[in-house]
Amino acid sequence: MELNAFIIFIAAIFTSNILLTNFLGMCSFLSVSKEVESSLGLGLAVFFVMSLTTAINYAVYHFILVPLNIIYLQYIIFIIVIAAFVQLTEMVVERFSPLLYYALGIFLPLITVNCAILGVSLFMIIRNYSFLQSIAYGAGSGLGWLLAILALAGIRQKIKEKYVPVGLAGAGLSLIITGIMALAFVGFSGIVVIQ
Amino acid sequence: MKKKDIFIVSAFTENSVWRQILGICSALAVTNLMLNSLVMGLGVIFTLALSGFTISLIRDLIPKRIRMMVQTLIIASFVIIVDLFLKAFYPEISKSLGPYVGLIITNCIIMGRAEAFAGKNAPLDSMIDGIGAGVGYTFVLLLIAFVRELFGFGTLFGMQILGNWWTKWSIMVMAPSAFFMLAILIWIINTPKAKKG
Repeated sequence: MELNAFIIFIAAIFTSNILLTNFLGMCSFLSVSKEVESSLGLGLAVFFVMSLTTAINYAVYHFILVPLNIIYLQYIIFIIVIAAFVQLTEMVVERFSPLLYYALGIFLPLITVNCAILGVSLFMIIRNYSFLQSIAYGAGSGLGWLLAILALAGIRQKIKEKYVPVGLAGAGLSLIITGIMALAFVGFSGIVVIQ
Repeated sequence: MKKKDIFIVSAFTENSVWRQILGICSALAVTNLMLNSLVMGLGVIFTLALSGFTISLIRDLIPKRIRMMVQTLIIASFVIIVDLFLKAFYPEISKSLGPYVGLIITNCIIMGRAEAFAGKNAPLDSMIDGIGAGVGYTFVLLLIAFVRELFGFGTLFGMQILGNWWTKWSIMVMAPSAFFMLAILIWIINTPKAKKG
């Protein structure tokens, strides 16, 4: 059955959150989530890059890799597309909107190595999404990632001053908070299901 | 540094997962089954060892500005080898690992070792460092997978360990438990160190 693109969009945000159920993009998730403001910046950058690279990678995969029968090169090609796109975005943003550049600029290089971006492209291929579905999945996953990092940053800011056991402070605590968040998101799983 | 020391340091004392919190995406994703974790770990060891060796070999030839790009391409080439190998000989496992094999490319451990070690040291040392980091990573994966598979399915490597009397903890199979298990592991390992320092 063809899944409605809108359903995929909603599912990618809530029930199959790229971070909370597929664990992608954890590195920058844990290191940047100290403050809400920078989390918002990174989250928006991820959302933007993820939506567009998914679309580009879809086109590259179906119109170049498949006809030429070089699917096995997909990892290299996808990574190059993502890196080139990030570089391009950085230059365009720097040229036309210095304000936005200061808000997002420092996060852009981080994104090339964010595994969520590559992960979404790979999931899209594995699940055989159509073009519309892919865009919905990319945008939804980006928003889902933004939502997760904002929530974690908010919680971390609240508990910054509180006492925590020494060994747990930092990464350990963030992981536990994320675990509880993931548990809460399991509650959404009744709404819609994608694999 | 002696070769043995390089191995010990990168595998345990400076373990990428619990000391530097790197590469945890896949550490969380594949650890609901021990077999998957082992295969993933072997893939990472292979990639780390050979990419470390290659990057160190050509480290003086790579222009500084495009260093990251070159490293990524080298890493991606080895990951493709792993992926094709799994697809050809172990299609079942390849399927259940899904995109996570490809995601070895963006595993921060590999880039981290390339940047921190292979770019500055001799090829053979870099290879040993890579194997060490990979073994440390696999060790963590197996540790988490041991608990998750045992309680979640009652099995280890697919073999029945706990009998029918065991009520399976379905939470262990689901995503949240991966976060909790890793958090507990980091907690246990960091507590004595944090108390000392």
